[in-house]
Amino acid sequence: MNVCRFHLFPIRFVAILLLGLALLPAGCSRGASGGGLTVAGSTSIQPFADRWAEIYQKLHPDRVVNVQGGGSSAGIQAARSGAAQIGMSSRELKPDEKDLTEFIVARDGLAIVVHPRNPLSGIGLTQVRDIFAGRIRTWREVGQGSGTITVVTREEGSGTRGAFQELVMHKERIAREAIVEDSNGTDRAIVAQDPRAIGFISLGLVDKSVKALTLDGVEANDANILAGRYALVRPFLFVTNGPPTAEARMFIDFVLSDEGQELVESGGLLRAR
Amino acid sequence: MTRLERNDRLIRLGLLMIAFSAVSILIVITLFIFSEGTPIMFKYGPGRFLFGLDWYPSEKAFGLLPMIVGSFFVTAGALLVGVPMGLACAIVLTQFASKRVGRILKPVIELLAGIPSVVYGFIGIVVIVPLIRENLGGPGLSVLAASLVLGVMILPTVISISIDAFQAVPPTYREGSIALGATVWQTIRMVMFPAARSGIVAAVILGMGRAIGETMAVIMIAGNAAAIPGSPLAPVRTLTSNIALEMGYASGEHREALFATGVILFVIIMALNILANWTSARRKR
Repeated sequence: MNVCRFHLFPIRFVAILLLGLALLPAGCSRGASGGGLTVAGSTSIQPFADRWAEIYQKLHPDRVVNVQGGGSSAGIQAARSGAAQIGMSSRELKPDEKDLTEFIVARDGLAIVVHPRNPLSGIGLTQVRDIFAGRIRTWREVGQGSGTITVVTREEGSGTRGAFQELVMHKERIAREAIVEDSNGTDRAIVAQDPRAIGFISLGLVDKSVKALTLDGVEANDANILAGRYALVRPFLFVTNGPPTAEARMFIDFVLSDEGQELVESGGLLRAR
Repeated sequence: MTRLERNDRLIRLGLLMIAFSAVSILIVITLFIFSEGTPIMFKYGPGRFLFGLDWYPSEKAFGLLPMIVGSFFVTAGALLVGVPMGLACAIVLTQFASKRVGRILKPVIELLAGIPSVVYGFIGIVVIVPLIRENLGGPGLSVLAASLVLGVMILPTVISISIDAFQAVPPTYREGSIALGATVWQTIRMVMFPAARSGIVAAVILGMGRAIGETMAVIMIAGNAAAIPGSPLAPVRTLTSNIALEMGYASGEHREALFATGVILFVIIMALNILANWTSARRKR
């Protein structure tokens, strides 16, 4: 019995191999002419896109989805030029980019965080702007506590900083003197360590080590974001040049389905709607 | 030609090619950095890069002066910490220490060189940064924190090269001095030091190169503010940090500006290396 199975196995294996080889050219040519689907852009969305693509390809083994990074601006550019069928952007489209078609696939809240021992519990949007612009330098001027404020920000080019710039600072610059960290995690670690620090991080990453401030009296939570009351929200966008191709449409539909959106929630983001 | 001779020649040729490939990699890296980094410098003018105070690449402000000054401050601080400690260590090991003490000290110093820089950074952020913040004020992430940690990191370089320098002094100098009635300390100060001077200078310069080039530990503890620090307790950003911090998301002119940062760093480190070679060449003469 055993001998028999040993004998059969290689034959079947070889047969499958040959079949695979025979099909390979066909598969390749289809891949090239059908193009596969290329999704490129924001590195904030990329980890989610990777997971979406993974599950999507499991559901549809005949589809190929390539996910690439490059940043929001590069993604929008790729969608416009056709280098990617779908561009990913973790910031709103600028006026001159509005001719592209956008789909909100998820949303992310920005929390203004301080040390848990900081007596302050809420702050105003204009105060946040004044602090980050360097006009307010001490906690006394904010109304509570004392000492010089340690301002913590993200590095130039980061999507989180881009969103903060757009939602809070508008045209103003974040002060040169601000401490710069290169990830949400280190940003949070610095604020958790320094009783005089203030910073901004993705809402999904707020934990007990820091305190999220209410903004103009509105608490930073999912309900307030869904209701449109909390101001610091950035959309995660899929962008296509004109209406999406059938292939892109299918992927977008999957991302917006319950299954795709559950992934968004488990990753600490908010559903698209 | 025998078979053995032919083999010999083949092996020599092979080794020569491998040796030259290392040189050619250096040339390729140099060409790449310069070809990526110089166009943008000339587009906006080298003056704006070298003397600009504002680093806001998304708004086309590419001032690197805070980072150039930052690298200078942090390096100078590291030398202030590391050179006296390193020299003291080298003097003890070559002049005073018994064989037994030397057997303990030397491996420990060598071990120091083997610790990854991220570990130094971690110790810095967990121990030194809070210590500075609570006792001296400021955010803790500062020129001072970076100088202290870098000072320890350059120790192995400074110590091993200055040990070489002291050992290169002919023993007759020392013996002659002692025979003339000088104490050991007088001998070290007035005979050994002047005789080993160029070697010590080389040790300092190589330590300087190590301090300027260090990135990981500095990013973790310096605070990375792109502003000229007003005090040792203020945060600071070095040239290397600037590249590593922003490379991840940079594209277009921002990316080119980071290469321009690399060009400036390259020129500074080359100058230091040439200086070090020049002093050690003088030592041999």
